[in-house]
Parts: sequence; structure tokens; C-alpha cells
Amino acid sequence: MIAFERVTKRFGPWTAVNDVSFTVGEGEFCVLIGPSGSGKSTLLKMVNRLVAQDAGAIRVAGEDIAGVAPEELRRRMGYVIQSVGLFPHWTVERNIATVPVLLGWPKGRVRDRVAELMDLLKLDPGRFRDAFPHQLSGGQQQRVGVARALAGDPPILLMDEPFSALDPITRDTLQGELANIHRQTRKTIVFVTHDMDEALRLADRIAVLEHGRLVQCATPRDILTRPARDIVRDLVGREEWGLKRLAVETVGDRARPADGTSAPPPGEPLPSAAPLRRALSEMVARGTDRLPVVDEHGRPAGVLHLADLVRP
Amino acid sequence: MTGGVPRQNRGRGMGRGVAVLADRLVLAVLALAALVLGMPVLKPLFAALYPALDRPLYEGDSFLALTAGHLALVGLSGLTAAIVGVAAGIAVTRPAGAEFRGLIEAVVTAGQTFPPVAVLAVAVPVMGFGPEPALIALTLYALLPIVENTIAGLEGVPDAVLESARGLGMRPAEVLVRVELPLAAPVIIAGIRTAVVINVGTAAIASTVGAKTLGLPIIVGLNGANPAYVVQGAVVVAALAVVLDAGFDRLASRLSRWRRA
Repeated sequence: MIAFERVTKRFGPWTAVNDVSFTVGEGEFCVLIGPSGSGKSTLLKMVNRLVAQDAGAIRVAGEDIAGVAPEELRRRMGYVIQSVGLFPHWTVERNIATVPVLLGWPKGRVRDRVAELMDLLKLDPGRFRDAFPHQLSGGQQQRVGVARALAGDPPILLMDEPFSALDPITRDTLQGELANIHRQTRKTIVFVTHDMDEALRLADRIAVLEHGRLVQCATPRDILTRPARDIVRDLVGREEWGLKRLAVETVGDRARPADGTSAPPPGEPLPSAAPLRRALSEMVARGTDRLPVVDEHGRPAGVLHLADLVRP
Repeated sequence: MTGGVPRQNRGRGMGRGVAVLADRLVLAVLALAALVLGMPVLKPLFAALYPALDRPLYEGDSFLALTAGHLALVGLSGLTAAIVGVAAGIAVTRPAGAEFRGLIEAVVTAGQTFPPVAVLAVAVPVMGFGPEPALIALTLYALLPIVENTIAGLEGVPDAVLESARGLGMRPAEVLVRVELPLAAPVIIAGIRTAVVINVGTAAIASTVGAKTLGLPIIVGLNGANPAYVVQGAVVVAALAVVLDAGFDRLASRLSRWRRA
């Protein structure tokens, strides 16, 4: 869907993005991660031409974006930024309607679309439709920001550290909702963050950048199990590395199937879709080394042993 | 959102007619109308205040005609300055016009500091007597606050708002009209307000070059040692300034209503 081909961007003597090539597949949730100054935001802003590359090309659905008028290109991509940037003189409804109005949709269709998005982002229309941005909390503002980005139903969503300024609880909730929205809509999402937990939770694929170069582009599991360089380990956090790895694998991946001869161990069973990290936590909390596992229909699906967690 | 707090307070414990009177704009308009239309009624008062004067009331022209001439001069110069000033402020805050910013600011500052009387002295020999030289002097005098406030208002629009406006696909003209100007409007209006209110006072000098304004009784009074004429002209000028000030206040608060929601 989005192909970066040897993309380079310099600001004076400083090379922000250096010869980066990779592809984001259609419907993929791709997270760009790296320390500050790694070029991740610059790379994102080149996709909607807020920043022009000095060399290389970016193709969206096969088309070189250099040949598309920036405004037309941007109306096909949602854009969400950390500081939200809602229009303070417009109501929530008018803010969400920004792109549909620019696209000249009829009034009825705009209204229906706003109602649909307020529902999707869990914004109570009675309370928020006619509210102004300054009357909203940070989390509510970013819900409106995400709704506004989705309003024109663009196939692509670009998000620049959208949840970094929110408190941990709100961030956690919005991450969960974004994951749901991605599951439901299958938008292609490019998401910039410096938070590896966020990346591991949301991404289908993680692109790690350092000093403007692409260090590794891989699934969360491969990032954890086969980090290409020290910088990848550093971003994961060396002390927590084992626990994070447990967080990306599920109980079902490692549980032993029920053999039918021995009774399952006692205690509340764990769903096979639960992360292994939760299984470890349950074992420690319950003081046991074996947990019963059930499938998504609640049927017994085997047993997970403590030893299974450390199997390579 | 529609009913502001003051309106609710006014409604409480007061009749509707009294509530209207409590409005600054309405009061100022009533005071101005009373002065303009009722000046002849005050003749005995001025006669009592200045017993030495043969003619204690200026009767050369009606105060209505003088006020209309004054207002036309202030209005036309204010409108011209607003159009030119806002356009200049917009131009120098665009990427293409940024390099002219220093030049424009120097020119409007010169326009402000050049005394209007001196402008008249230079313009009259070229253009002759009448309102035209005064129009030029007042327009130049009004430009500085309008240009400065337009620049300040546009620069006060938060970067995040501009970034999202562009990022969502607004064209530069759409960003300007839908986002920048509405957000800068209260500051721009404040600049026009300052310029116009100052010019209500300055416009009186236009009568030295033959324009019919409220400056006429003042100048005739100064020449003829008739302080009553001076007071009559000055009081109406002041009332007119208060009316315009209250009017701009109302406009500015309407344009920033969303802030108080």
C-alpha cells in the first residue's frame, strides 16, 4: 500500500532520513519506532507531503505521490498528531466533519458519518456534539482527533505519537480502541511512537529507526526473539525483555494438549488467547506451576506448565 | 451557549426595558442621539455657563449634518485602512510575502508617526481643500494598529492547529479563511477598534482644510474665542467615540463566543 524506495531527507548538514526502503502492506498496522531524532516523524510526514523528500520515492497504491497534489493526497489519508490540533472555534461535530465538508459531501451524509464516528470513538453525542474542544479532556480531544482523521473514510491513517501526551489509563483505553478500529476497518495504519510497549501491543510490523536509518522491520515477535542490533534490545528494555517476549505469545502457543488421562489442575482456567505474561503472573499469584487452559468456547484445551514458558 | 451570563443576570429582577438600558452600546447610542438632536435644547444651559457670549450655541450647521460628515470620514478611512491593513498583514505572514514584512512594518510605522496635520499640509496643495486630503491622512494614521494586530492575530494561531489543517488536506486559502482568520478575528477587530476610535478624535482636524466634521464648531470656537462651541463639538466627538468603541466591543465578543462556551 505504501512503498518507501530509498527515501532520504536532509535538513542542512543533518540527514534526518537516510536511504530508507520498506513497504507497508494493505491493511497492515505498521509502527515506526526509534529514539528522538531517529527520523520516524519525518518519515511519516513525507507520506502526506508535509515534508518533501530530497531523494528516493514514496508510492501509495503504486502511484508516486510526487505526482499528486498535496491536498488531494492528504484527503485520502487520515492524520492524527500528538498535540491533537482540533479547531478551537468549531464544535466537536464540525471538527469531525472537516474532511467530508472539504470533499463536498451532502449535509445528510456528513451528519450520518459524524454520528457513526462518535459512536465508534465512544463519544456521547448528547454531551459532545455541540461542545467546543476546550471543554474536553485530553483523552476526549484525541478521540475527536481520531474521529476527524477517519471521517472521510480514507484507506490510510497516519498517526504521529497520538497517545504520548495522555495519562497511562487513557492511553491504555485508546490503544485498545484503536486496535479494535483497525480490526473492524482494516485501514492501513502508519503509527509513530517511542514507546515499545505501545508498538508491541498494536503493531503487525515494527520498523525500528536509528539516526535516520532503518535498523529492522519485523513482526513484534521477531523484534523480541531476533533483535537485529543493540538499539532494538535497548528499545525493548533489557531488564524487561523476557517479560515482553512473554507478552507477545499466547497461552495457546505453548500449552500441552489435554491427553485425556490425567485430571486438569484445579483453579480458574486461562483462555488460550491470553498472553503468556498473564499466565506467569497467575502462576506466581496462585503459587502453582500448572494452569488449566480453555479455548474460546470455554472447552478444556490443555494444561500450561511453568517449564513451557522457558522453553526456547 | 446562546444565552451568555450577562443576559441571564440582566433578566433577573429587572424589567425588559430596564435591561436594554443597562447595555453599554444602547446607552451610548441614546446619549449620542440626544446630544446630536437635542443640542438646541441645551442653549439656555450654555447661555448660563458662558454669560459673556453673544451666541452660546453653534448654529452654523446642524449637529446631525456635522456628525454624518464626521462619521463618513472616519468610516471611509477606517474601511480603507482595514482592507489595506488586513491584506498587508495576511500577505506578510504568507511564505511568499515574508521578506516584505520589515518593509511593510516600517512604512506603516512611518504612517503612524507622521503627524496627520503634516499630511494635510503636504496633501492640500496637491489635492485642494475638502475631505480628500483628510481621508488620506486618517487612512495612513489607522494602518499601524490594524497591520500589527493582523500579524499578531495570525501568528497567534497554534502550530498544531495549522499542522492539522494542512494535514487534513485544506488548501492554503481554505486554511486562511476557515481557520486562521476566524481565530485571529478578535485580535484584528481590536486593532481596527483602536484605529477607528483614535481617528474619531483625529478627524476633527479635517475641518481645518474645509471638510464638514464635528471639528468645525471646535475650530470656529477656537478662532472666535468661543469656548461653548469648542465644548459642543468635543462632547459629540466623545459620544461618537464611545458608541463606536461599544460597537466594536460587541462585534469582538460575538466573534469569540466559542471561547466562553
